[in-house]
Amino acid sequence: MSACISPSDEPLARRLIAFTEAGLPLVADPWAWLAEQLQLSVDDCLALLQRLQANGLIRRIAAVPNHYRLGYRHNGMTVWDVDDEALAQLGPAVGALPFVSHCYRRPRRGDWPYNLFAMVHGRSAEDIEPDRETIRALLGDACNADEMLVSSRILKKTGLRLGGA
Amino acid sequence: MDAIQQALCQHFQHGMPLCAEPYRAMAETIGSSEAQVLDALQRLQRDGGLSRIGPVFEHSRAGASTLVALAVPEALLERVAERISQYPEVNHNYLREHAYNLWFVLTGPDRARIDQVLDEIAADTGLQPLDLPMQRAYRIDLGFPLAGNPVAGHPQSKAAPGDTP
Repeated sequence: MSACISPSDEPLARRLIAFTEAGLPLVADPWAWLAEQLQLSVDDCLALLQRLQANGLIRRIAAVPNHYRLGYRHNGMTVWDVDDEALAQLGPAVGALPFVSHCYRRPRRGDWPYNLFAMVHGRSAEDIEPDRETIRALLGDACNADEMLVSSRILKKTGLRLGGA
Repeated sequence: MDAIQQALCQHFQHGMPLCAEPYRAMAETIGSSEAQVLDALQRLQRDGGLSRIGPVFEHSRAGASTLVALAVPEALLERVAERISQYPEVNHNYLREHAYNLWFVLTGPDRARIDQVLDEIAADTGLQPLDLPMQRAYRIDLGFPLAGNPVAGHPQSKAAPGDTP
């Protein structure tokens, strides 16, 4: 785990992940439930959650919809070969587009020339195409090639699993 | 989704109150009651429209992760895909329409474990994995705007931007 999690929180954080990675039970006071599991007071449990959120281990605490089941069946992984020197400016610009859910820089490899990944979602392939055009226009001449890899099937999707961690 | 479920997804997919009895606070925000909110979430969860409620963890802070692709010959695809899903370190596994047709995320306590699993996969499948670790995040999964009820099949455009932080 990251050094920015204080050593005293680390064992607790691991247990917190184990208790919550599959989701909290739908009860009136889920934090009281979690506090009991962790053998903490409710106040200490809330403070722990706040610390873990502040240091970034927890991205957000939220109701996470299953977009696929809600009809957003098509996720398009758009990949772009963008001039390296333009990425510092263009990466954040693509990431800021409202329809992009994930946007990352990744390394090029051998026969894989694409260094910018942006995930877009829609109810159909046609739904996604205009979004792709928007990204293409934004990248302009800095982009040398692009592709879109549409998911044809989800085989496994689980939350974070730390395994032997 | 009914109106309450839709309001819950719209308001709380990016974050929910971190306080005792959060569903009471959420009910106040959307002008409903705690019982109605819990009922709506329970139904949504039962129908598969809700992945979970709770903390969303940042993989890179909790250990190491990478995006991996394999170019699997069509005849072997089912078998290799099934094999990959069995690895506990694999937490997303998608078929995509591309020469690199199998895409998955590997997570582990550290990069050494990731390298080890990549070697195991190469030995197991006889295929060379494309290892694409994140180098920079320009946008991380904050969800995306949901438009109306997609199951009803309205051909309307996607929701206006604005509710993503």
